[in-house]
Amino acid sequence: MSIAISGLTKRFGQTDVLCGVDLEVSKGELVALLGPSGSGKTTLLKIIAGLEWPDAGRLAVNDQNWLQLAAQDRRIGFVFQHYALFPHMRVRDNIAFGLSVRPRSERPGKAVIAAKVDEMLHFLQITHLADRFPGQLSGGQRQRVALGRALAIEPAVLLLDEPFGALDAAIRRDLRRWLRGVHDATGSTTIFVTHDQEEAFELADRVVVMGEGRIEQIGHADAIHDHPATPFVARFMGATVEFPVTLNSGRAEASGLDISALPRRALPDGPARLFARPEDITLIPDAGAPWRIASRISNGAHLRFVLSHPALGEAEADVPRRTANADALTPDAAVRLRIEAGTIFPAERGIATTSVRSPGFEPVKEKSR
Amino acid sequence: MTTAAIAPPIRAKRVLPGFTLSLGTTLLYLTLIVLIPVLALILKGAEMGPARFWQIISSPRAVAAFQITLTAAAIATVINAVYGLLMAWVLVRYEFPGKRLLDAMMDVPFALPTAVAGLSLTALFSANGWFGQVLEAAGIQVVYTIWGIVLAMAFTSVPFVVRTVQPVLEDLDPALEQAAVTLGAGPFAIFRRVVLPAILPAWMAGCTTAFARSLGEFGAIVFIAGNLPFRTEIAALLAYIRLEEYDYNGAAAIALVLLGFALVLLLASNLLQFWAARYREGQK
Repeated sequence: MSIAISGLTKRFGQTDVLCGVDLEVSKGELVALLGPSGSGKTTLLKIIAGLEWPDAGRLAVNDQNWLQLAAQDRRIGFVFQHYALFPHMRVRDNIAFGLSVRPRSERPGKAVIAAKVDEMLHFLQITHLADRFPGQLSGGQRQRVALGRALAIEPAVLLLDEPFGALDAAIRRDLRRWLRGVHDATGSTTIFVTHDQEEAFELADRVVVMGEGRIEQIGHADAIHDHPATPFVARFMGATVEFPVTLNSGRAEASGLDISALPRRALPDGPARLFARPEDITLIPDAGAPWRIASRISNGAHLRFVLSHPALGEAEADVPRRTANADALTPDAAVRLRIEAGTIFPAERGIATTSVRSPGFEPVKEKSR
Repeated sequence: MTTAAIAPPIRAKRVLPGFTLSLGTTLLYLTLIVLIPVLALILKGAEMGPARFWQIISSPRAVAAFQITLTAAAIATVINAVYGLLMAWVLVRYEFPGKRLLDAMMDVPFALPTAVAGLSLTALFSANGWFGQVLEAAGIQVVYTIWGIVLAMAFTSVPFVVRTVQPVLEDLDPALEQAAVTLGAGPFAIFRRVVLPAILPAWMAGCTTAFARSLGEFGAIVFIAGNLPFRTEIAALLAYIRLEEYDYNGAAAIALVLLGFALVLLLASNLLQFWAARYREGQK
């Protein structure tokens, strides 16, 4: 089923949760909504599900207006962040729920439902859990049951809210691969919400980066990583060191920085901001350079440096420990900063362009509710 | 090493102090207030011998009193089960002006002296009272009938149902109902298959307490019931009358039967609750 969303807005009291979201998802696609807490991604998912209602906008699925349709009638599969399995029902009955609550005229017979449940249990490889209660399952097992319950009704669209948020790292990775397999096997249109970049990029065909109620960028991992469309995406993708630079016929310049590795940008001359990742900064000892190494910490594989500039402030850099000149990089040494990769944006209004910002922005880990 | 040999044994220290003192006080209090009176009652009953005991409790007047008490308590409990659940639902699920006031009023039957409740109910439902006039015209008599007893019992025991169901309903995860909605369930199916099973144990517990309370209610009933032997005389009142006649054995025998009912009821309720919550086994 293809989904077309346009101009979706939603306010909670004084806060704009969604301010005009447009998104198209084609049939059979697996899309991730990626963003920090409060970016509106879960609200968008719940609007598609019919659990929240927008103030304005359009939501059409296969050209049918879903905003006229109650959640019950949309035939969606929704997997909740904390699974929301019915605690008093065995796994078997949880999975059968969506079929057994249908009105009598549309309800399949008992045998048909039982067969469908068995098929689902088999498909999800949880046949041995059929007669347990949710309270007796681990997190990963509950996740599988929740997905089974959602898939049993053969949903038009499958929606998952932070599907792996509450699981251990190892189980996450397993389930991620498994979910991709399930998606490919069922051919359903799937949208999931996450705040974890790795998860989004590994699993999804297309990633939608959201920030503060807007879609900031839509694309594949490489494009979003190398060419962030906005400062927000750059920061969210880990480009946490921001230098004030001056653009001169497309070339950026700044005191103590070597930015020659970056391509020219078609931006007007004047002040601008350069966003770089700490690991994309190389340190070159240079007695005449204004940057000084303030501290050096090793985590085994990498050396993390804090650098200070008399006028601009502090910046961070990550250098592999086995790098050739590592021994020369001692505290108090003067260095030049070579920027290997980064993105330049015109100076933002309201943000000072005279100092370094680092580490300005860390993607907020979403607290589990 | 020698240091290991002479090291004192390790004793785990409790984090919370005062365990011995608080447990001791609790046990002493429970013994004085609950255990000894109940034991005295049982001893009093035992001392008269089974034949005499049976003779007292199987006397027509006593049997009639038990019947009336049980019937009225059962009807009052059914009414409260429905109304109490509804009340808890309204108080938890909806926002409306005056909600907190309504919530506070729910405790009035707890706080009001039952005799006061009995008197005002009698005044309202007597032949010339506000409600009584209307009902009388329709040919329904409440005062001095079993309906009066039911009314008084229902009044004094409804908070038990509301107050046990309310917190459980408040704790119910809204995601459960949302999940049911996305799976296509209508409001009735959601209530019957998702909400009700979750609140069933608490609901049954509340109903049992309400029923037990109704069995023992005295103050509110004596004013409205008329207390006619064989017609509207409840068991607690009969025990009181026997006591006034210095017939301690008679009073003890009737009281013991009431105690027995209450205990059987508590047992049954606990078994039912255990059954209804069986899915919690092995839950972390």
